[in-house]
Amino acid sequence: MNPSTTVLPATAAPPVAGVLPADLAGQLKRAERRKRLLSISLTLPLLVFLVVIFLVPIAALLMRAVENPEVANTLGRTGAALAHWDRKSPPPDAAYAAVAQDMAAIQEQSDAGALARRLNSEVSGARSLVMNTYRALPFDSKLSDQQVHQHMLSIDPRWDDISYWQAIAKNSERWTPDYLLAAVDLQRNAQGDIVRVPAEAAAFGKILLRTFEISAVVTLFALLLGYPLAYWLSTLSARQANMCMILVLVPFWTSILVRVAAWIVLLQSNGLVNRALMGVGAIDEPLALLFNRLGVVIAMVHILLPFMILPLYSVMKSVPPTYLRAAVSLGSSPLAAFFKVYVPQTYPGVGAGGLLVFILSIGYYVTPALLGGADDQMLSYYIAQYTNVNVNWGMACALGAVLLFTTLALYGVYRKVVKSELSLG
Amino acid sequence: MKLKPIVVAATLLASLAAHAQNQITVVNFGGANGNAQKKAYVEPFEKATGNKIVSVEYNGEQAKIKAMVEAKNVTWDVVEVESPDVTRGCDEGLFEKLDYSKIGNKADFSPVAVHECGIGVFIWSTVMAYNADKIKTAPVTWADFWDTKKIPGKRGMRKGARYNLEFALMADGVAVQDVYKVLATKDGADRAFKKMTELKPSIQWWEAGAQPPQFLVAGDVALTTVFNGRIDAAQREGKNLAITWTGGIYDLDYWVMPKGGKNRDVALKYIAMASSANEQAEYAKLISYGPTNTKALAKLDKTVLDKLPTSAANSKTALQFNVGFWADQGEALEKRFAAWAAQ
Repeated sequence: MNPSTTVLPATAAPPVAGVLPADLAGQLKRAERRKRLLSISLTLPLLVFLVVIFLVPIAALLMRAVENPEVANTLGRTGAALAHWDRKSPPPDAAYAAVAQDMAAIQEQSDAGALARRLNSEVSGARSLVMNTYRALPFDSKLSDQQVHQHMLSIDPRWDDISYWQAIAKNSERWTPDYLLAAVDLQRNAQGDIVRVPAEAAAFGKILLRTFEISAVVTLFALLLGYPLAYWLSTLSARQANMCMILVLVPFWTSILVRVAAWIVLLQSNGLVNRALMGVGAIDEPLALLFNRLGVVIAMVHILLPFMILPLYSVMKSVPPTYLRAAVSLGSSPLAAFFKVYVPQTYPGVGAGGLLVFILSIGYYVTPALLGGADDQMLSYYIAQYTNVNVNWGMACALGAVLLFTTLALYGVYRKVVKSELSLG
Repeated sequence: MKLKPIVVAATLLASLAAHAQNQITVVNFGGANGNAQKKAYVEPFEKATGNKIVSVEYNGEQAKIKAMVEAKNVTWDVVEVESPDVTRGCDEGLFEKLDYSKIGNKADFSPVAVHECGIGVFIWSTVMAYNADKIKTAPVTWADFWDTKKIPGKRGMRKGARYNLEFALMADGVAVQDVYKVLATKDGADRAFKKMTELKPSIQWWEAGAQPPQFLVAGDVALTTVFNGRIDAAQREGKNLAITWTGGIYDLDYWVMPKGGKNRDVALKYIAMASSANEQAEYAKLISYGPTNTKALAKLDKTVLDKLPTSAANSKTALQFNVGFWADQGEALEKRFAAWAAQ
């Protein structure tokens, strides 16, 4: 017998049955926990990075889409004065007095500006109404409510227009569904019921549909062009394949604006394409290839093609060519063998490439802006417009949220249909 | 000798600090306008004062200014903004109030150029233009612009509601002085959009100011709306493009100082210099945008004056862009435009 085995129990622990295994288990657990803590602390920077860079902005965006502090912060008394108003009859004199008092108490002009902007996005004209009144304040404190009412009308007669009061009453709460409703062409009326916006203002439903339609068409054409090319690349020798891959990747590394400008040169009415077609006598009049849907799709397919080819290529490289040969040697026609044996094995690549191209297309902005007409703009164009031009960030965030959730929903459907995780080859 | 590195370091630091203090960032829209500003304002200012100017181009995104002011980290000292933004930004407290005692005599400027938060950079106009090589009978009115039988071919128009609705009403026979009165009513807006629908199949939309002259040169469109300075720049390159000034919409760009900039004194000096008669006259010679300082006009000869939106002949039937109207109605009308375009 090895002497060490006889010595060990005597020194390590008292010889009581059952204690030793429990202690060992505890030690193991501790060691395990230490290991887990270590691995978590190693991934911690990544987690923090993900939370800070990814989750916090999205959460902030979603917050901004429902936040409505402008009226609640500034017109507290007015909100209270309007709480029992039926929103149909003229508002009570007390409400006029409350507005005058509230607005006179606004310290920073920027708060008045924010209030004006918020109400104006609800009822056009509220901006000048609020700012004109704000500049005329404060009134004589001895005025009665009714005198304040008359005085406000003398500053701006629009104070008798009930729609401005309805907007104030509706927005006196700190949170609002209005931006999100507007992003799907709905609105709350004065009574708080959800109704459709009038037809002439209903834009975003169509724009959202158009965004997905353009993305789907681009994905389809990228697949139709990318699949044969990737297949051809996968059959070449490594050297040749590398050379060709560089040709695929060089445009990929070129600035998107340069490529858009190049397409303008090629496609304009006396551009290269039209002149060539007219030169060979195929057409008499130059074709309209630019500043319409066609131009947008052509340029987007070109820009996004590498995102289709790369996953397809990597999947096709891993498909053994012997399967195809086996199918043919067992009597299948080459075409049937290709579609029944080869193509199903490339589905992961098709799925990954298609999803990548589709999701990238959804967010396209510059290409449609420069190459498309007024009815070829995708949702991100309007998000940019609300962010930069109208400076209505609530609306911009709501549109962003709608885009995010419809994309997630589509991804859910994709996973249901494909029944597999997204794999990049 | 031991002290030397410290002395050198101290001098360096001091010069760096001085350097940092006297450097301002001036933001404009770039392009031909940016080049003209560089020659007329930036270079002379650097030479005269020894201050350094960092020029930045942007596309008018007010979101950047708003974000800077809200984060209290303002790195832009002087910014050129469009007229709706000067009023809106001023209301929302994004800009400093200007100290006119350091800029000049208010009476020297055309009245529209004087704003509590901004001063006019120049007067520009959105007008109708055509390629004189290709069109023999020049268009005269906005009704001609709409008449695709009389002048066949596509029409270039800016993507959006602004300007286009005004042009549509003028084409529909509304007198210049009544345009905004009509457009403010529901019926008037309906009428403008209905008129736009007539022309819709022939419209080729542009996004950037550089596009319409390219459209004309390439023959993509027969007529287009365009910022007048862009046509001037194309003419200087030898292109035979021409402007019809009837019913043009003139407007101003303004200098503003985002609130909380670190170099307000130098920034104000720059604005003062860019508002002086001499420099504005130099600028107008480089690009045909009208001076806001009326004294600059006397320093210009007839060939320059004739090309400016402010000349008597060119401004006779011009419409002044109504900032207040668009600040109130802009968001709703642009949304309606998006809905209209989707129909």
